[in-house]
Amino acid sequence: MTDQNKMKNITIDNKWQDLTPGGMIFASGNSVEFRTGDWRTITPKMVWDKCKQCLLCAPMCPDSSIPVKDGKRLEFDYDHCKGCGICAKVCPFDAIVFGGEEE
Amino acid sequence: MAIQDRLSGNEAVSIAMKQINPDVMPAFPITPSTEIPQYVSQFIANGEMDTVFIPVESEHSAMSACIGSQSAGGRTVTATSSCGLALMFEMLYVAASNRLPITMAVVNRALSGPININNDHSDSMGARDSGWLQIYAENAQEAYDNFFQCMRIGEHPAVQLPVMCCQDGFITSHAVERMELIETEKVKAFMGEYKPEHYLLNPDETLAVGPYDIPQYYMEHKKAQAVAMENAREAIMEVAKEFEAMTGRKYGMIEEYRMEDAELAMIIIGSSAGTAKEACDELRAAGVKAGVIKVRVFRPFPAEEIVAALKGVKAVAIMDKTESFSANGGPMGAEVKAAMFGKLNDVLVTNYIYGIGGRDVKVDDLKSVYDKLAEMVKTGKAPEHYQYLALRD
Repeated sequence: MTDQNKMKNITIDNKWQDLTPGGMIFASGNSVEFRTGDWRTITPKMVWDKCKQCLLCAPMCPDSSIPVKDGKRLEFDYDHCKGCGICAKVCPFDAIVFGGEEE
Repeated sequence: MAIQDRLSGNEAVSIAMKQINPDVMPAFPITPSTEIPQYVSQFIANGEMDTVFIPVESEHSAMSACIGSQSAGGRTVTATSSCGLALMFEMLYVAASNRLPITMAVVNRALSGPININNDHSDSMGARDSGWLQIYAENAQEAYDNFFQCMRIGEHPAVQLPVMCCQDGFITSHAVERMELIETEKVKAFMGEYKPEHYLLNPDETLAVGPYDIPQYYMEHKKAQAVAMENAREAIMEVAKEFEAMTGRKYGMIEEYRMEDAELAMIIIGSSAGTAKEACDELRAAGVKAGVIKVRVFRPFPAEEIVAALKGVKAVAIMDKTESFSANGGPMGAEVKAAMFGKLNDVLVTNYIYGIGGRDVKVDDLKSVYDKLAEMVKTGKAPEHYQYLALRD
């Protein structure tokens, strides 16, 4: 194991021989690469017509999965949203649908 | 010239630590290993070594500090016994899975309860599946010699695993024996400087150790750890060869004593192997073809070596200085029988629990085991269950 950034290239296709000893990680700030989104069983969905961009949802998200840019919230980061539903609960405008028929 | 001295096992291991002069020693006192951190602290106070000694508040903390120090890149040692080792249990697995070659002097003592401070192997045998290598000494000389080798084996690039350097509490740790010490310059040359490939205090490398491992990777990491344990076999022999070149003292996975033409064999670990050799000598003088297989390395388990040594043997007694409560015998009994399966089906086997909680193991006790083996050969039958040696019943 000599490639210091090898962890960045590791996927579930790697064999045991390719992994670092003891799972050492040779990079920082890489928890973003761990896609926790697949833990989700219920998915929040935006109803953009109802959204007033009040931004109450973004700071309440425990997983920083509601990105905000230039004062406006963007689409959910589904790679990391674990589907807790807090955003839907705090939205005063019913702009976030959580659960329902399509689930 | 080697240095002649008379020392206890604890003194001998402490002197080994002084000669190695490791970077860090976190330790917490517990009978009968207490003297080791005590002597080392004294050496440090006297200016004879410059190891950083960390007085911790428990053995769990001692092992945690070892993990931190070894991850940082420091050569780290500690010592413990019995309930101290039990309190380290959680961290033992972390040290092994993080692939940290910590060297720990284990002075074997019975685990509570009933509370007992005397020798048996229930402490280290309870930790046999923690991923640590385990090397056992018969006497103070071996405890001393093994300590250097344990560290070299653990630090071997193909191994990178922690190692327990075990000796029997009181019997070896406190009894004073004549022995040979190695000159410190030779020790330094043998040990070399510890240069890990990756360590936390390296300013040129970003590194995180011990991350959470999801199911998609855990098995692969465990396989790598298991292969490191397999690699240890070769490393043990490689280091033993180098050690022999330095001292003339030969070590291996096992030691065969009068096994060349043996028909009755005893497999035993630690100080009682010395008693077994005496029993064997007395029986040989009376014409009995007795032999002893001393297991020096228990992890990795010397399965092939034991099977090879048992060739030609008619009956074997596997001796366990611990009760495993499997209701099927002791850990060594299970390991040896597994090693023999399909290879030595005609050998009669029995398994004894002996000497636990410091029960004295006399030459006559072990001679009675050979008597039992002779009886087994005569009747062609092995006892169905495992047995307790010298039990009042």
